[in-house]
Amino acid sequence: MSAAAPPTLSARNLCRRSGRNEIVRDISFELRQGEVLGLLGQNGAGKSTTLQMLAGALLPQSGQIEICGFDMVRQPVQAKARIGFLPENPPLYREMRVDDFLLFAAKLHRVPRAQIEHNLDETKRRCGLQNDGNKIIGKLSKGYQQRVGIAQAIIHQPEVIILDEPTVGLDPAQIRDIRALIRDLGDAHSVILSTHLLGEVASLCDRVEIIHQGRLIYGDSSAQMQQYGHQPGFIVTLLAPPALGELQAIAGVCQVEQISATQFRILCVPEANTGATVLALAAQNGWQAEQLVPLQSQLEEVFMQITQSGEKIP
Amino acid sequence: MIFIIARKEFRSLFAVPSTWLILGALQFIFAWFFLARLDAFLQVQAQLAQIENAPGATLAVATPLFGTLALIFMMLIPVFTMRLIAEERRNQTLTLLMTAPVTEMHIVLGKFFGLLLVLLLLVASSTLMVLSLAAGTHLDIGLLLSNALGLLLLAASYAAVGLYISSLTAQPVVAAISSLAVLFGFWLLEISSADSEIALSKFSPTTHFQNFNIGLLNSADAAYFALFIAGFLLMTIRRLHNNRVYG
Repeated sequence: MSAAAPPTLSARNLCRRSGRNEIVRDISFELRQGEVLGLLGQNGAGKSTTLQMLAGALLPQSGQIEICGFDMVRQPVQAKARIGFLPENPPLYREMRVDDFLLFAAKLHRVPRAQIEHNLDETKRRCGLQNDGNKIIGKLSKGYQQRVGIAQAIIHQPEVIILDEPTVGLDPAQIRDIRALIRDLGDAHSVILSTHLLGEVASLCDRVEIIHQGRLIYGDSSAQMQQYGHQPGFIVTLLAPPALGELQAIAGVCQVEQISATQFRILCVPEANTGATVLALAAQNGWQAEQLVPLQSQLEEVFMQITQSGEKIP
Repeated sequence: MIFIIARKEFRSLFAVPSTWLILGALQFIFAWFFLARLDAFLQVQAQLAQIENAPGATLAVATPLFGTLALIFMMLIPVFTMRLIAEERRNQTLTLLMTAPVTEMHIVLGKFFGLLLVLLLLVASSTLMVLSLAAGTHLDIGLLLSNALGLLLLAASYAAVGLYISSLTAQPVVAAISSLAVLFGFWLLEISSADSEIALSKFSPTTHFQNFNIGLLNSADAAYFALFIAGFLLMTIRRLHNNRVYG
């Protein structure tokens, strides 16, 4: 979270074409220890391709990927040992038992023999699979399969965890569980996840990168993103409201809109404490202020604004 | 790493009922041929005993038996190899291997040796069946071992072809049919040009198996099999690498 933590993953100028079609154009970003990065974009924006390149399943046509200082192209084995990847479709051998599969994944990722049992128990506990070790993967429900998918990505305790749409197709309770798990993972590991669900970004990610038509067009902390292009304002409830003109006349108020008999949406200039002024006036004039709610712009609106402009935002 | 992948492949093959069914049916067919051959041998045994330097039980029973098995393998091995890579691609489990800290060579060799272990079981069980004759007669162990080795090499080369073809597609059935077609093509090369001047038959694995079949251990044949297997495995490794490049 702090800028002092060393970057665990850095991608520089990634490009990938398929034929004449540029899927990913010049993508660069860094991920630090203990950070959860959300890769946000519409369908077909290039999210999965980017993540597959980061995980080493696809080679970038140009650009560099470094995982904990190991170059993905020149030292793929060392780099990949530090990554856990959950693709869009969890790579599960349906005929295997959960335990056998996770043990295979652990050995494949070179977990030392002495540590395997411990990692298996720990991972199953984290993913809520304690009682499912003997079940055949193909017979598990979609939500549990997704958990096994996440378990296979974290069993070797990688520095970087890459999750491609981890909550797609799950029911709300499962989504909550998996989000809690990701949040938990984000404390010790670096997590990068892709999604097109904006709520997920708001609840999970420290930082957001928006990808649109293969390019990163916006990157900031997720709290900052919610403020993007947002004019400050609030909704105030006055049980004994004055005339509209009187509200309009208050210093700092740009626009007043009456929502109902007692509710007003007031837009104001930034950096002036207009809310306090309105409340003070309300007390003075007996307007009977009941509540004042600051306007929060919806992530959806922000996202649409950013992707529709389509330009790179500095 | 190769061992880990090979063991997983071996266990996966035995996790599906069709493998057991195929193995059982094959054992049954093999036993049938074996008994029929044995029966034929017993009928002519009296006459054979009068000839000097008569062919023994090994030559009369084991040699044609292994020849038949070579043909059955041609049809059987594509069924085993079809799933190796094509099915992983279809189920998108290939990503797990491709993003694991292993090289393409580990993946390909792991899968190859995993299957080879199953084929080794098949060859061993048929060899054991012939060995049971040792209770009643003198066996030519050298000829028997040469046959077993030849069959194993032949099976390995078929497996390499099947593995390569499996890496070309995402449809196991397509892989099976294509492998069968290619192996059949190799076989036709042998039988169609056996007597002609053109040495096309030299390209066919079955031609080289013939020498092992009659008990002739020739380093050229062994080298042919080694090159054949290595060639197809290298092409498979190449194909998996291209998978990363072209997606």
